[in-house]
Amino acid sequence: MNKLALLLLLAALALLPALVGEYYVNLGSQILIAVIFAASLNLLVGYAGLTSLGHAAYLGLSAYIAGWLALRMGMSHAFAAPITLLATTAIGGVFGWIALRASGLSFLMLTLALSQVVWGLAYRWTSVTNGDNGLSGLTRPAPFGIDLENSNAYYWFVLLITVAVMGVIGRLVHSPFGASLRGTKDQARRMSSMGYNVWGIRWCAFVGASFLGAVAGLLYVYFHKYVHPSVLSVTSSAEVLLSVIAGGAGTLAGPAVGAVLVVLLKNYASGYIERWNMLLGAVFVFIVLVMPHGIVPGVRGLLTRGKEGKR
Amino acid sequence: MQFWLTQTFNSLALGGLLLLLSSGFALIFGLMRIANLTHGALFMIGAYVAASAARAGWGFAAAVVLAALATALLGGLIERLILRRLTGNAQAQVLATLGLSFIAADMCLVLWGGDPIPIAPPGWLAGPVDWFGFSFPSYRIAVIGVSVVAAALLYVLMERTRLGARIRAGVDDMPMARAVGIRASALFTSVFCLGALLAGLGGAVGGPMLSAYPGLDADMLPLALIVVILGGVGSLMGTFLASFIIGFLYTFGTALVPDLAYVILFLPMIVVLAFRPSGLMGGARA
Amino acid sequence: MNAALEIRGLKKSFGGIAVTQDVHLTMEPGERRLIIGPNGAGKTTLFGLIAGEIRPDAGSIRIFGQDVTRMTVPARARCGLSRTYQIITLFPQDTLAHNVVLGLLAVASLRHNPVTLLRRHTALHDRAVELLEGVGLGSKAMHRVADVSYGEQRRVELAIGLAQAPRLLLLDEPLAGLSQDERTVVQRLIAQVPRETAILMIEHDMDVALEFAEQITVLHYGKVLVEGDRKTVVEHPKTREIYLGH
Repeated sequence: MNKLALLLLLAALALLPALVGEYYVNLGSQILIAVIFAASLNLLVGYAGLTSLGHAAYLGLSAYIAGWLALRMGMSHAFAAPITLLATTAIGGVFGWIALRASGLSFLMLTLALSQVVWGLAYRWTSVTNGDNGLSGLTRPAPFGIDLENSNAYYWFVLLITVAVMGVIGRLVHSPFGASLRGTKDQARRMSSMGYNVWGIRWCAFVGASFLGAVAGLLYVYFHKYVHPSVLSVTSSAEVLLSVIAGGAGTLAGPAVGAVLVVLLKNYASGYIERWNMLLGAVFVFIVLVMPHGIVPGVRGLLTRGKEGKR
Repeated sequence: MQFWLTQTFNSLALGGLLLLLSSGFALIFGLMRIANLTHGALFMIGAYVAASAARAGWGFAAAVVLAALATALLGGLIERLILRRLTGNAQAQVLATLGLSFIAADMCLVLWGGDPIPIAPPGWLAGPVDWFGFSFPSYRIAVIGVSVVAAALLYVLMERTRLGARIRAGVDDMPMARAVGIRASALFTSVFCLGALLAGLGGAVGGPMLSAYPGLDADMLPLALIVVILGGVGSLMGTFLASFIIGFLYTFGTALVPDLAYVILFLPMIVVLAFRPSGLMGGARA
Repeated sequence: MNAALEIRGLKKSFGGIAVTQDVHLTMEPGERRLIIGPNGAGKTTLFGLIAGEIRPDAGSIRIFGQDVTRMTVPARARCGLSRTYQIITLFPQDTLAHNVVLGLLAVASLRHNPVTLLRRHTALHDRAVELLEGVGLGSKAMHRVADVSYGEQRRVELAIGLAQAPRLLLLDEPLAGLSQDERTVVQRLIAQVPRETAILMIEHDMDVALEFAEQITVLHYGKVLVEGDRKTVVEHPKTREIYLGH
């Protein structure tokens, strides 16, 4: 996507609150949070080539830790936020160490198992997490005195962070580390014999993905001011995985497109069609059959073929 | 003492159901390298079909058979219509089965509603059997019996029949198997149907124990995955052992320490996997 | 002066089958040694053992005096070991230059950097193009691997193998699948490899291989059957018997 188009998109996004009502601004915030979450998983799935079915763990852990620090410890956001990010990323480091003992299906299973442990704890450890009732009564932070309880303000806050995250990821992917990461996806054996520490590289990607997932988790809990164990469910992990792969793993725009699709389907379809999960499933099966590398590469392919046809 | 006895039989019965569920999954993964994430849904569909048949007045055994055949058919359709078009793209296949599981779960909600449907066991197995002053749950015993018989039949199929030989050849070395004339296409469909049949059978047989309810698929799928990974892909014996180990862990865990039941279930598996990624008995790398 | 490669008593079995049996091998710095033997003789396994992808059951491997027997694969690369593969293992969607850059990046401290853009590091890119020119592919540096011919891909493999200026280079059937013309090109390129690099090569094309070899090791059922300079080995009765065709 060229720079001009990107700037126009950003401008349009920034102007959104001036153009539409509060409901849509809030929807916009939700979409952006989903974009960050999907982009974080894409580091693993698209660039490291590690398919994880347990990424919801980091969103959920971050949301719960932030919630618990605020409610039970009475901590202010200024302290709670960095501690949450640190704690979640540290857990991500441990989980990554465990999961990367294996690869392929075993890796998938381990990531699933680890997130199920967290999910189970969220449901059962009621003294801490309030179980099925969830943690409610949370507040949004007020950085530099700016009140984020207002929907527009929060939307711009999220937009800012989204741009920052996408920028960081974009940089990372084209950096020397990014090149070595992408190398391990295609030819791990060769990378190893060239002298790269493949395991170390993957672990770093895992930690990075959990950090960014934690960022999404903070934004999530500030937005909803509530967290429930269902955010840690297999379905939640499956939805974000589907967004990444359907949008186009291994591209920068792919997860964003996938996230937009999923959130819109969730919000619109469930208004018109009772069974939005079925629609989601059908859409994804369709994409997999027709554009197996995802929407973004698929569309790019169509456009290139179109151009070649015209010559 | 009665408590331990009851829980033991519950564990063994759950292990039996897991064996049915997981052996199907392992079979499909072993031969076709497809992680069939629709497997939990197939189990659930088996339970629902059996429940409907029972409600419609069919005998229990007939309902179970119908359920198994229905899921086998469904499995065949999934393989032929969708997965076949994605050969070679493992990630796409996982995604497709994931998408299908969403569709299946919602279809079940549409067809059968949101309330759990209990299934009554056949009359002669409904009550407990009393021996030596203790109560033995007769249906659970029957479930154990059915699972062990199914496992034995599966073993015989794999080790003693031509089909089994073809499957084993395909698992070991597919290009070579093709080269000696084994028709991969028909084999894949048969194996997928067989795997689905086992899942549906498990769901139907498990009906009186678990009921048919929305979310059964999401409850069962992770367990199947744990069993297969713990036992080692490609090892029927491993799946057998792991099914019962997980059956025990889950049952006793939920009974004794309900707050930590999930942790108890997953942690040993994580520990085993972290230190022995090929599983307890596994040879083939996942 | 340390030997480039010193293997003592190397043994490896796979499930009861002894694939490598008590192999001894010494290479001097800059030596050109050929490993030959019928299929199944254990040549590729030997490479795997030297490279570190396979762990031996017994024995030791020293590269320039350093005991690498327990070292991981990447650590051995840092000892000056490079290898090429029999089956081409390049990155097909990337340019030839990027493929070689990856080889150069592996031993640069730059590789940990997640912040700067790789393409800004022109020194790496220039060196990569230089290496590609060395194998006659400078003009195709910006082509994708998938778009160049098999013979050219083989040459890229060689360029990557040489990228880190290795002291010991393992060439696994570098001429496999090449046409006569391509063979001549690659053969010449191998002959031009600087003397600082010792080369251990597996190759089936006898004409080319014999021209290259100063020293030859003949493997048979995992054992060293015959060993020595070219003349000795070629004339040895055992070699004729099992390999050169009675």
